[in-house]
Amino acid sequence: MAVLEISDISKRFGGLLAVSQASLEVQAGRITGLIGPNGAGKTTLFAIIAGFARPDGGSVKFDGREITGMAPHRICRLGLVRTFQIVQPFGALSVRENIAVGSHLHERGRARALQEAEKIARQVGMQAQLDTPAQSLTIAGRKRLELARALATQPRLLLLDEVMAGLTPTEVNEIVAVIRSIRDAGVTILLIEHVMQAVMSLSDDVYVLNQGRIIARGGPRDIASNAQVIEAYLGRRATHA
Amino acid sequence: MKKILLVIIVFFLVLPLFVESRFWLGFWTTTLFFALLGQSWNILGGYGGQVSFGHAVFFGTGAYVSAVLQVRLGLDAWTSAAIAVAAGALVGAFIGALSFRYGLRGSYFALVTLAFAEVFRVLANAWDFTGSGFGMLVPMKPGAANLQFADRSGFYYAILLLVVLAYALTWRVERSRFGAYLLAIRENEDAARALGINAFRIKLAAITLSGAMAAMAGVFYIQYYLFVDSHVGYGPAMSVNALLAPLIGGAGTVLGPLIGAVALGSLAELTSLLLGKEPGVNLLAFGVLLLVILRFLPNGLMGLLRGRS
Amino acid sequence: MLHIINFAHGSILMLALYAGFFLFTLGGVDPYLAVLILAPAFFAGGYLLQRYVIAPVSFGKDTNVLLVTLGLSIIIDNLALYLWTSNTRTIDVGYAQVFVDVGVTAVALPKLIALGAAVLIGILFWLLMTRTDAGKAIRAVSKERQGARIVGINVEHIFALSFGLGSAVVAIAACLLLPTFYVTPQVGNAFVLIAFTTVVLGGMGSFIGALVGGMVLGIVEAYSGLLLGESLGQIGIFVIFILVLLFRPTGLFGQRA
Repeated sequence: MAVLEISDISKRFGGLLAVSQASLEVQAGRITGLIGPNGAGKTTLFAIIAGFARPDGGSVKFDGREITGMAPHRICRLGLVRTFQIVQPFGALSVRENIAVGSHLHERGRARALQEAEKIARQVGMQAQLDTPAQSLTIAGRKRLELARALATQPRLLLLDEVMAGLTPTEVNEIVAVIRSIRDAGVTILLIEHVMQAVMSLSDDVYVLNQGRIIARGGPRDIASNAQVIEAYLGRRATHA
Repeated sequence: MKKILLVIIVFFLVLPLFVESRFWLGFWTTTLFFALLGQSWNILGGYGGQVSFGHAVFFGTGAYVSAVLQVRLGLDAWTSAAIAVAAGALVGAFIGALSFRYGLRGSYFALVTLAFAEVFRVLANAWDFTGSGFGMLVPMKPGAANLQFADRSGFYYAILLLVVLAYALTWRVERSRFGAYLLAIRENEDAARALGINAFRIKLAAITLSGAMAAMAGVFYIQYYLFVDSHVGYGPAMSVNALLAPLIGGAGTVLGPLIGAVALGSLAELTSLLLGKEPGVNLLAFGVLLLVILRFLPNGLMGLLRGRS
Repeated sequence: MLHIINFAHGSILMLALYAGFFLFTLGGVDPYLAVLILAPAFFAGGYLLQRYVIAPVSFGKDTNVLLVTLGLSIIIDNLALYLWTSNTRTIDVGYAQVFVDVGVTAVALPKLIALGAAVLIGILFWLLMTRTDAGKAIRAVSKERQGARIVGINVEHIFALSFGLGSAVVAIAACLLLPTFYVTPQVGNAFVLIAFTTVVLGGMGSFIGALVGGMVLGIVEAYSGLLLGESLGQIGIFVIFILVLLFRPTGLFGQRA
């Protein structure tokens, strides 16, 4: 059974059809990539899955359970966590305190939560910055913090929204390794990414979203050579009048 | 840090023994009162990030309920106090449930709290039950059983006890999951919700606690001054006082409201010394101090102290 | 329009009332003429206040602006209290007693003039916002601050401009009020919440909304005073404010934020 099943999701913003009858499945223990040109509706889809937006049609099922329109905090408690494309750190809090907020989902005690946070920080390679205030971090640091915080909630399905945007190639490689290790630990991952080589090397399955519609799905190799996908990104090779 | 705390506590404990004049005892009693009121604001505004411009609505409820129960229904002071604090919590829960349910944040929330304070003010001023324009006068009956003290230092120790309890509670909250969640909501409510935090419930708990604490300050006020009217109880002056101390001292810290209260009290004495006792002078100074703090020390005086260590 | 909550609005009104009062009693200037002096003066003052006091102190963060303007209102109100005491002042102009028959009832002349002026100002502002470059710049900043900055609009200047305009209107309102109203340092406080309620009811950013909102509120105030009695009647406005914010925060004509 698929961990996540999205069927015919549609979302309209005024006159704009942001997502149109999108359907996708995420299988347990695998990494699924969601790619597409800017403005294709990927983040909107994430918002809908995680409960931050209500779809106009369609359904979202997590482990077979209907979660469409459920409140974000309840969805998180069921084991589905998202990160944000525009990073949302708890600025005045330290890295440790930030991650601890995530740990607290399963750990009531403050001391234990802070300890858990430290463990997670090590897992993503942030142990050197544990006491740094989040607002002093670079963009790469903030993205990593975002990932760590989500990880601390012990999710079964992790939605990563452009975790690699703005990272240097070295940083990208580091994050790729971290994401792989998270998958190896048993967490299912659905990620939105623009950094192509990362997505393609990480993903087991790939979905392509363009103008709100899923236009292709398959393994990374098939997607890379899919004519429709190429067209969506590069535009039609038309002659201009 | 713990040493400093011990020194502070000892200082306040032995104060009445060394202070002869009524004036200074009164000064410190009033300062501790504002430290308590400020802490109630701090829980909601400093830790939770929900700035309230109408905190008088909780304070006034504490004072009025206590007064009305004693005067109109003849209840004893202690029972009235307990019910008054519960009333403050209830008003907090009511305002919180409405405001947070409908997603009021930031400036809108601040203004709504002010509007509620004004509604209560008009009601208290209009009803004979609450003394209408004359206010409520609690008869003077000195004796601990009546929560009144013949010796002024009795009031001093009473408010000191309340402050210690309130600050200890705040300290515990700061180190709890509830506190961590409050801070998260303050910093970024959406991110907090994405991490499984039921923001509505946490904010509701905060405003209820804040309301109870402010009502407790209201109970002290009425027992100390034996008088409250709609202007004192629900007017903007008390709302402003509630937020000045924590903002000046350091919002979101345990000792901030106390430091702020001491700073403001001292400033008030200084200005009346230098500029005379004309009405408006100390508030004028407070306003200037507020702007100075907002510009140069956004973390309040605590920020200054922390920076040093 | 710029979604900035200015808490010092009432205090500025109070200052304008005092200015008009002193111009009349010391300089013999009729309030309606005082408009010509005070409107530009308050425009300049408001501009400078926003540009060089409010903006720097609040670091441009909107949440701080409320606290900064609160601080300002405390300073201004208490400065007035200190300088001019809390004695109520009124002015006496002959035509304040003139009543105009409007068919259903008689209305004091100054109030009628105020109504006319309000409508006129509303129209002027609408023209300003839609026809002039400055107006378009204000609307641009209101919708998308960063984008406006990128196309070269000096955002700080625009904010200051708006504040200046707001202050100028307040000054005009004060002059219109002066003949039939009283002046004390506390007078501004009453108006702050009423002003906010008007804007929130009418919808932020809508001039028609402000006009309609003002009229609705006037009616509400009158009726609640009638039904509930003098002291309880004041509640009407506050209750409306709470209800609007809870259930229809965009107001009657406002844009969805």
